[in-house]
Amino acid sequence: MLNSIINIIFIPEIFLASTSFICLLFGLYTNKNSFRQTCNFAFLILLSTTVLIYFNIGSNFANYDMLFSKSSFINFFKILVLVGSAASIIISKDYFLGIKLINFEIPILLLFSTLGMMLMISANNLMSMYLAIELQSLSLYVAAAIKRDSLSSAESGVKYFILGALSSGILLYGFSLIYGFTGSMNFDEINFYLLRYENLNLGLIFGLVFVMVGLAFKVSAVPFHMWTPDVYEGAPNSITAFFAIVPKIAAVALIYRFCLVPFENFYLEWSQIVIFLSVASMFLGAIAAIAQSNIKRLLAYSSIGHIGYILIALVAANDDGVKASSIYMFSYMVMNIAIFAILLSIKVKNEYLVNISDLKGLSKSNPIVSLSISIIMLSMAGIPPFIGFFGKFYVFIAAIENELYVLSILGVLASVISAYYYLRIIKIMYFDNKNNEEQLIFKISFQSKVILSLSLFIIICFILYPSLLINISASLTI
Amino acid sequence: MVDWPLLSVIIFLPLIGGLIILFIKEDEISSNNIKWSALLTSVGTFILSLILWLQFDYLNPSYQYIEKFRWFNDFNFYYHIGVDGISLFMILLSTFLTPICILASWNNVKKRVKEYMLAFLFLETVMIGMFASIDILLFYIFFEAVLIPMYLIIGIWGGSRRIYASFKFFLYTLLGSVLMLIAIIVMYRNTSSMSIEFLQGNYFAFNTQIFLWLAFFASFAVKIPMWPFHTWLPDAHVQAPTAGSVILAGVLLKMGGYGFIRFSVGMLPEATELFIPLIMTLSIIAVIYTSLVALAQTDIKKLIAYSSVAHMGIVTIGIFLVNQQGLEGAMMQMISHGLVSAALFLCVGVIYDRMHTREIEFYGGLVQRMPLYATVFMIFMLGSVGLPGTSGFVGEFLVIVGAFKFSSYVVVGAAFGIILSAVYMLYLYKRIIFGTITNDKLADILDINFREKIILIPLAISVIILGIFPNIFLDPMRLSLEVVISNYEVANAK
Repeated sequence: MLNSIINIIFIPEIFLASTSFICLLFGLYTNKNSFRQTCNFAFLILLSTTVLIYFNIGSNFANYDMLFSKSSFINFFKILVLVGSAASIIISKDYFLGIKLINFEIPILLLFSTLGMMLMISANNLMSMYLAIELQSLSLYVAAAIKRDSLSSAESGVKYFILGALSSGILLYGFSLIYGFTGSMNFDEINFYLLRYENLNLGLIFGLVFVMVGLAFKVSAVPFHMWTPDVYEGAPNSITAFFAIVPKIAAVALIYRFCLVPFENFYLEWSQIVIFLSVASMFLGAIAAIAQSNIKRLLAYSSIGHIGYILIALVAANDDGVKASSIYMFSYMVMNIAIFAILLSIKVKNEYLVNISDLKGLSKSNPIVSLSISIIMLSMAGIPPFIGFFGKFYVFIAAIENELYVLSILGVLASVISAYYYLRIIKIMYFDNKNNEEQLIFKISFQSKVILSLSLFIIICFILYPSLLINISASLTI
Repeated sequence: MVDWPLLSVIIFLPLIGGLIILFIKEDEISSNNIKWSALLTSVGTFILSLILWLQFDYLNPSYQYIEKFRWFNDFNFYYHIGVDGISLFMILLSTFLTPICILASWNNVKKRVKEYMLAFLFLETVMIGMFASIDILLFYIFFEAVLIPMYLIIGIWGGSRRIYASFKFFLYTLLGSVLMLIAIIVMYRNTSSMSIEFLQGNYFAFNTQIFLWLAFFASFAVKIPMWPFHTWLPDAHVQAPTAGSVILAGVLLKMGGYGFIRFSVGMLPEATELFIPLIMTLSIIAVIYTSLVALAQTDIKKLIAYSSVAHMGIVTIGIFLVNQQGLEGAMMQMISHGLVSAALFLCVGVIYDRMHTREIEFYGGLVQRMPLYATVFMIFMLGSVGLPGTSGFVGEFLVIVGAFKFSSYVVVGAAFGIILSAVYMLYLYKRIIFGTITNDKLADILDINFREKIILIPLAISVIILGIFPNIFLDPMRLSLEVVISNYEVANAK
């Protein structure tokens, strides 16, 4: 009896859920404001959940009637989500304190959304997938609008909510069509049922298209990307950091699993959609970012571009594609953690940095910081020897393995266009002369500094010992 | 041969020196320390690379000083470096020019000395690494990493339109090289190998060859640069600081020529055969057209930049003749151009430092005040023209001899270009150096000082040595080039 209770508690998701509730109760029943404590608790909870997953504790327990499944791919992405979430909570703590937005609920909201993402990644059933998506989305809607007295934050929350609800509706309609035509909600059963067909019938194709639209919305692939720049811009910076780092990872894992598990035999049907999403995202992300003056909008478009590359690896639909996706998402996470750790620590005129042009002269006043930003930008542009290059490199290996020559050439061309706006940031820091006298203040807490240095270390030194990550990614099965 | 990893030390010594500089605190006093550490590091690298040359086995056509260990676990990627006759002098050129660049910017770089020296040392590491790579992915990583320091050098320490020039340089060359990345992956997929040595003996299907050749062409034609892909070069040269132009003309353009020999001719012989007419046409247009453009320039640096494109046209003609004279001539022309154009940019730098203008009209009659300067400038000018006894002659002569085997039209075109080069260089020399001083501002201009002598005299000596004893340089590369040629002929005889 006791043994089985312990077993249940140490299932990572249940552990995360129960400790989050304890955290919530703690925040509710302490007298003074407990924002700091809940932040630290959340960090510890996320780390211990990571440990549970890493050591595979509680893995031999039931899968709840096949609602969820387990694989090395799922575990890898769960760990990415947890680490990204933990890092983003730490780097945003000082920011929240700085703008006096110290509701203890914030880290707890993020915890619940992380829980939703973990469930989302491991979902093996249309219903559990939908519920998991809703759990993470609802938490994020609130998080986007958390700065209640700010018009832009409320606006971004509402925008996100309306468009998110719409996409959830489309997703649900797609699910119902798939269920109606296959008679099952379970991924494996759908796959088994579809094996009997040469072609998908019209109803199933409709279902597939609807679901793909919903998922494209979640990963913010063009043309379903409209919410991303607005939400990034409106939400408080630290929530933007969370948005940029974590939900994308989970959504990418989900779209991989959805395409490669239930519909793996109908590559031709979904790959057409994904190819379009991929090319459109790469080019729109690259071109639209050029005109941005707000760094958050720029990073939003940059993330849209990155999603385009990830989708190339999905179209490749082979083992190399899965490997490429994990390497790319890892590098994406590390680079975003690093850039947001810096952005959340720069103040101009007592305001946190928003305009790119305010970075002028940073190379004079803070040479180390501007060098770090340059390295991150070059890495995002995919210039060797930094980690971003290897992400792109593996994506193109996967694509060429599947003879997707045109797609890969379009991909590299888009990467040249996108190099322009990354370089523009370096240009502003290094080449432009400072004309105003406002001092940029860079103040970073010790914990963020550790995270920042660690991620920079990974970005620069990945090239020295790439096998560490690549061995893990090579062994992943979807 | 030496039994310690000499080549790796040469590659990474500048980087280590750069890291040490990174931790020197920059202020008025220590900026001298920074300069000295950078200079000593680069001179040390140069001395080590001389050992490389002295210990080089002339009779061995394949790679020497090989170092190889596994780098990626899942693919056949190795950290695999070595030197053969083709890359030996490219490496020497890089290590020779870097200390000269550092000396050349001793006094005229005043802001951000630390970053400047760091950029140059990083640049040296990636240049040497690129020429020494035997693994094609390693080559690519170094090839692209060159863009980072060069972008910063042009953008931070450049002239008035530096931002435009640096972006154009970066994006133009990046566009070429990303296509090469695709080609590299396609090669890997076909052979499961990334070794340049292996790929040179490998046979690709004809259609694949054409695709691969075009992708490599996109990258190297931009880099070398060939007409009509040369438009980034005049901008980059004019806006870059003197040392930046030196390294750009001296080494970075050679990356294109080196790539053509290694990849296009070495790995894709049949496609090369198919595209030779295209290359010859573009090269002859380049030689004649850019020479005429050079004639019309009013900016000294721009004139030399256009002359670089013309000289590189001779190099591409030589490479794609694929016979012994042609390839040896192309190699000699690259080495010679590396020294001569670098020296010419330094000469421009000398008067630019004094007068802060590069307009030809501003000068005139410099020989009255600067006799020594006039002498060294003359040596380099004649080297550029290709006067017998200077380095330029050997390369141009060999290329023309080789071209006779191919087509007399090419000979006529190339020879006409060479005559034009004499026209614009002599005309430039006449306008700057000869005559009487008409501009009052030049009345008290000083002749070259001790530091500039240290920079220019070794270059002048090597230009003459190269012209009189070309065999010192031709012997080590001969066997390696013969392997390239025989591979090419065997593949096309099938």
